[in-house]
Amino acid sequence: MSTTLQKLDVAAIREDFPILKQQVHGKKLVFLDSAASAQKPRAVIDAMTFVMESQYANVHRGLHYMSEKTSNAYEAARDKVADFINAASRDEIVFTRNATESINLVAYTYGRAVLKPGDAVAVSQMEHHANLVPWQMLRDAHGTELRIIKITDAGEIDFESLEQVFADGKVKLLAITQMSNVLGSYTPVERLAKFAHERGAKILIDGCQAIVHRQIDVQAIDADFYVFSGHKLYGPTGIGVLYAKRELLEAMPPFMGGGEMIANVSYEKSSWAKPPYRFEAGTPAIIETIGLGAAIDYVRSIGFDAIAAHERGLTEHALATLSDVEGVNIIGQAQDRGGVISFTMRAAHAHDIATLLDRQGIAVRAGNHCAQPLMGRMGVTGTARASFGMYTTHEEIDALAAGLNRIRQIFA
Amino acid sequence: MNHPYQELIVERHKHPLHAGKPAQFDAQGQGANPICGDKVRVYLTRAGMDVHYEAEGCAVMNASADLMADAVAGKSLAQIEKMSREFETIITTGQENQALGELNAFAGLAEFSSRQRCATLPWSALAEALHHV
Repeated sequence: MSTTLQKLDVAAIREDFPILKQQVHGKKLVFLDSAASAQKPRAVIDAMTFVMESQYANVHRGLHYMSEKTSNAYEAARDKVADFINAASRDEIVFTRNATESINLVAYTYGRAVLKPGDAVAVSQMEHHANLVPWQMLRDAHGTELRIIKITDAGEIDFESLEQVFADGKVKLLAITQMSNVLGSYTPVERLAKFAHERGAKILIDGCQAIVHRQIDVQAIDADFYVFSGHKLYGPTGIGVLYAKRELLEAMPPFMGGGEMIANVSYEKSSWAKPPYRFEAGTPAIIETIGLGAAIDYVRSIGFDAIAAHERGLTEHALATLSDVEGVNIIGQAQDRGGVISFTMRAAHAHDIATLLDRQGIAVRAGNHCAQPLMGRMGVTGTARASFGMYTTHEEIDALAAGLNRIRQIFA
Repeated sequence: MNHPYQELIVERHKHPLHAGKPAQFDAQGQGANPICGDKVRVYLTRAGMDVHYEAEGCAVMNASADLMADAVAGKSLAQIEKMSREFETIITTGQENQALGELNAFAGLAEFSSRQRCATLPWSALAEALHHV
């Protein structure tokens, strides 16, 4: 990847995303909800269409031309993911439905086979429900403990709380986000991994948000588990990734049983395939996986240097512009933060904001963002959230600010 | 299309006529929307079907609670049940119903299915209160 700072050509990028030409309620679409799910570039749409039109059959089964071609394309996507996050081996990449399924897979297999009753799992106060509920379920089914690491008012990990949570040596797994889907805060994952490892714990990183904005190197982080979804990374829905170190995957029993995940089956018993196939029961999301591969190719063709520089500019512009709107309160003030901005307005409830912005063609999310406990922690019942992608423009942020000013007038 | 935030809705959100917990009441009911965190508690005095409420939520829910209190005052249980069904028809179809007067202000929600629950939440809280009297 180039180390020179290239300027991102937003106009050209927008041409790559057909949906951005759509109108909403007769207005130009201003899409500020990429943190929920990003739009898809032509390259992804075409790759998926190509599979269905010219190169499709089930994978790993047929001995015929189409099956072989499809299997090759499917497995090439695994190589692309491995290379993208710098995994040591392609066998460390397990395809799942999404990050939620990846975390559940770890909770059901590693959680039950390796963690013991009485061991503790630690999560932070700013986790998405996907990285909280599976650990509650594991606690209730398996007798592990669940501990919560506090965050500061700014929305950063409280290291004093982290020390306390780990103090008695019971924590065996730290499951933590790399970027909050509500506050936009990044967490220092390298430091957290080192912290956990020094205390005999593994670390699982929820990379759903971070992987869209930053180059990820799972070996440099020293992540034990790293999960993300394809659909936030400009890829299709229905495909997610679980990265795990080889020795961890080797020690984990299967998640689901069925075809593909076996080595040998008799009526009495079966033996398991090696990772990653042990964890991929049934026909996988073939078309979506190939689509994810195309999304990774697309993102890499733009480059994270350019993406990050563009998004940093957008975030600074948004923080300044939104702060100027009277009555707007931005939730979360982390030093290291990205283009996910939650806010409340004195005069209007988050859902009123979202509906009234929608009338102006502006899409934002409102509510608790699948982080209900975090809402209570930050002292709000819900927020409106604007989130950016590589195709977001400064003008769109100005349109958001103008829209908020109109709402302020309605409720004045 | 109908604007979902008619002046009447904004007005009742800002200056409600029936908000607050009364000193005495016969029954209460509550509604909560876990998706957005909206909450409403309805207090019913049987004589005259006098309704007051405490609400924590969006403008649509607040105004709906306030206009509901207007609409049900002095009505019978059967009339209220009918009105509740007809109100749902207005907000899901966008078709106004002259018999329901100011409640037609919510007809614009027909195009915002995700917001219809905001308007019906006070009505389900009222149904719960009526169940207790």
